[in-house]
Amino acid sequence: MAHAYTPGLKVVERTVITKRRILPLKGEVLVEQGTTVRAEDVVAKTDLPGNVHPINVANILGIVPEDIEHSMLVKHGETVKKGEPMAMTKGFFGFFKSSCESPADGTIENISKVTGQVLVRGVPLPVSVDAYIDGSVTEVIQNEGVVVETRGAFVQGIFGIGGEACGELRMVCSSPKDVMDKSSIPNDCKGQILVGGSIVTSDATKRAIEMGAVGIVVGGLADQDLRDFLGYDIGVAITGSEQLGATLVITEGFGEINMAGSTFEILKSNEGRRASINGATQIRAGVLRPEVVIPLESSELEQSKVSESLSGGLQVGSEVRVIRDPYFGRLGTVTALPPELRKLETESKVRVLEVEFDDGSKTILPRANVEMIEH
Amino acid sequence: MTEIVPENVKSILATDCGSTTTKAILIEKRDDEYRLIVRGEAPTTVEAPFEDVTMGVLNAIAEVEELAKRKILDGNKILTPQTDEKTGVDIYISTSSAGGGLQMMVGGVVKSMTVESAQRAALGAGAIVMDAIASNDGRLAHEKIERIRQLRPDMILLSGGIDGGTISHVVEIAELIAAADPKPRLGMSYQLPVIYAGNKDATAEVTQRLGEKTDLEVVDNLRPVLERENLIPARNKIHDLFMEHVMAQAPGYKKLMAWTDAPIMPTPGAVGKIIETIAKLESIQVVGVDIGGATTDIFSVFSGVFNRTVSANLGMSYSVSNVLAEAGIDNVMRWIPFDLGERDLRNRIKNKMIRPTTIPQSLQELIIEQAIAREALRLAFEHHKSLAVGLKGVQQERTISDAFAQSRTGATLVNLMQLDMLVGSGGILSHAPRRHQAAVMMIDAFQPEGVTRLAVDSIFMMPQLGVLSTLHETAATEVFDKDCLIHLGTCVAPTGTGKPGAPCMQVSADLPSGEHREVSLSLGEMYLLEAKVGESVRLTVNPHKGFDVGAGSGKSITVNASGGVVGVVLDARGRPIAIPEDRPERVRKFQEWHKALSMYPEYSF
Repeated sequence: MAHAYTPGLKVVERTVITKRRILPLKGEVLVEQGTTVRAEDVVAKTDLPGNVHPINVANILGIVPEDIEHSMLVKHGETVKKGEPMAMTKGFFGFFKSSCESPADGTIENISKVTGQVLVRGVPLPVSVDAYIDGSVTEVIQNEGVVVETRGAFVQGIFGIGGEACGELRMVCSSPKDVMDKSSIPNDCKGQILVGGSIVTSDATKRAIEMGAVGIVVGGLADQDLRDFLGYDIGVAITGSEQLGATLVITEGFGEINMAGSTFEILKSNEGRRASINGATQIRAGVLRPEVVIPLESSELEQSKVSESLSGGLQVGSEVRVIRDPYFGRLGTVTALPPELRKLETESKVRVLEVEFDDGSKTILPRANVEMIEH
Repeated sequence: MTEIVPENVKSILATDCGSTTTKAILIEKRDDEYRLIVRGEAPTTVEAPFEDVTMGVLNAIAEVEELAKRKILDGNKILTPQTDEKTGVDIYISTSSAGGGLQMMVGGVVKSMTVESAQRAALGAGAIVMDAIASNDGRLAHEKIERIRQLRPDMILLSGGIDGGTISHVVEIAELIAAADPKPRLGMSYQLPVIYAGNKDATAEVTQRLGEKTDLEVVDNLRPVLERENLIPARNKIHDLFMEHVMAQAPGYKKLMAWTDAPIMPTPGAVGKIIETIAKLESIQVVGVDIGGATTDIFSVFSGVFNRTVSANLGMSYSVSNVLAEAGIDNVMRWIPFDLGERDLRNRIKNKMIRPTTIPQSLQELIIEQAIAREALRLAFEHHKSLAVGLKGVQQERTISDAFAQSRTGATLVNLMQLDMLVGSGGILSHAPRRHQAAVMMIDAFQPEGVTRLAVDSIFMMPQLGVLSTLHETAATEVFDKDCLIHLGTCVAPTGTGKPGAPCMQVSADLPSGEHREVSLSLGEMYLLEAKVGESVRLTVNPHKGFDVGAGSGKSITVNASGGVVGVVLDARGRPIAIPEDRPERVRKFQEWHKALSMYPEYSF
């Protein structure tokens, strides 16, 4: 194929960010086109059908399923309250009656003469969708949701844990090389998103959650710490539903890896601003990466030009990040793109590029093992 | 679709729309035989921003046109049939696994009987089975309902009960499905397809419960009596519904379906088809494996019975981390002949997961990746062996002579001693820098016994050939034999265990070069005999007492072992393969094996 390299993650200072905020089932949209919204504002809501509570009435009453309808006190479609008798046997001359109570508030959905089972559908479960980012509604999708748009900084991470959150950005490391350890977590970080350097330790993550931080953005994380922390191994890269108390976004990869300078600078220049963060990651078809969205005021935007996405492809002069050992995490500039296949140490013949690292040293790498840093 | 007369077919175009790449192949009849001419590929275009699968198909075909210097497309239309040697094609067919393939849920009464049969029907049709709900699976009714609601499969296969048996259990499962009111994965506007293939006496009751809430289809019972499975009607219905519902919902597929001369098949279903065809034609026992980034599929045919399993979370990129989680760190580490800390290995594996397209640059990285592949293959094969079993719950007739050899019902059908051929495909096997590495990965993971031929599918053409076999068996099998498979050679391995260094087997070999060689191997040794593709080695293998190469303990065999790009591997490591637990000894042993089989360039770690 023409492009063997991995397109990089998006890290931009100014861009237009749009988010579709859609209900899981059709429902009611609460805002109009043009409405200015804050991240936590509810934009659409609906009711999901309630949980179903199956209960084998025939077994409980000790009757054959065919006779169940004679014993039912409520009929199909009627409402019941939790603890209310639903069925009762006639007993023996009015004595020794046995009864069966409803396990929940709800409606009788099914009475089965074959199995003796009665299904009680619980009350509907309300669900709502919030705006997630500060911005304005640019489109209303009838009965389904809205599109929210904002302008600001946008940083994509490589892997994340936990769902959507919103809070004030705060730098806790002074350089992208710094380790974010327990001592770097301030006491007053409640509701904040903390930004570190090359790696976050297990202790630091725990303390950040204890102190009430809503998010952590950092270069790297050791897999072993992640496992200890979650209590299980992440087998397949589909995340976002973890309930840790804080959302984690790693920007570079697993292990200790300096956060890319441009990423660190963007986050630093926005310290103190409100940002929205989402750890959800999915690395199969329809790739989903974790992200940090930092909306800017319109007055600030006027002073700077909004940049368009630049994915022109790999060229001599492109800035790249190495994404596989033995140079994993190092940043450099492409100095040559030889067209012919080259033999690696493994004896595989692949397309390669020459890269010059910050210290002036040069090396040959497979094109598949670098990603572009997009500005 | 027009009627196809096999004798008149001169050219065939076939595509496979994978989740990342769409591959196209062109087959032509030349000098009275069908051969692969060229292949092209392009990124799949099912996802945004394209959302039309045909764009990727057309791009892949355009590459084929360019390479073959043949006009196939007229704008956005495939020219069929061919009008002259350089214009059009006679047949166009396609397979697809884009958008996650076919994802199903199965339900039934007894877990080890009807539910297992339903699983086999779904897997055989090329589906991933997301969950199997059974009356006796230990979950409470409300837990099952919750699970059905969460899953959002493409379709459900419901079975249960033998014809004439009790109906209440299968009706209960139908009630749970109705209560869950499941929604299909793709598209909000249509009802979820449910296939009922259970006790025919329960049809009316099941229809009453599911008829309105789902798109219910009734087919013959897949287990009409305990002693017999009848999976074909259910399997065919799955294929029909896959076309009508799942494919029709995926972007651009309606257009693609109108172009093809045969129904679009799910990729794994098509792979199964070609393996089944080959096993039948050559009367051999075959195991095939396709190890991908996310999943590993295993196909087998033993005694004419076809089985397929898919291990949905064992793969080499997206699911690589799960291989470590399931196999455990020690099992991965045992294949690595150098020092590596757990922390380091964990980070490397996770980094591969989050950046799946990267490739090993150093030899160490390659060896690590191949170590993980062994475990992924091993686990997937274990899974396969547990599902490729005889029918459970069947009464067996026993004679007095069986009294001391009680065999269970439901024993695995996989018999490694009877296995004739092991075929591997998927990046890690097909693209190994040396074919020797692919051969040894397969030997280590599957541990074939006796005499077994080894091959890899060079460019993963099996899916296209599978669909082709439904239209034109000759063309499919000719191309499979000549262009699809790369014959690696043969593995000769006695079963048995013993002390390392104890005598294991004596081999007399007449090599294709005319040379006669006597090889004596001790337990724990490997040896490679040179024999190229198309050549064979006349072997007399004398196993020592306690070792068996197929004729019984200590009994010799004489065979013609096929050569290949690797040769004939004499594997005297015993079965199960004994790997030294002591680390320095293990490292020494690995270095010895790597050298004996020319697996890697010279290394010193």
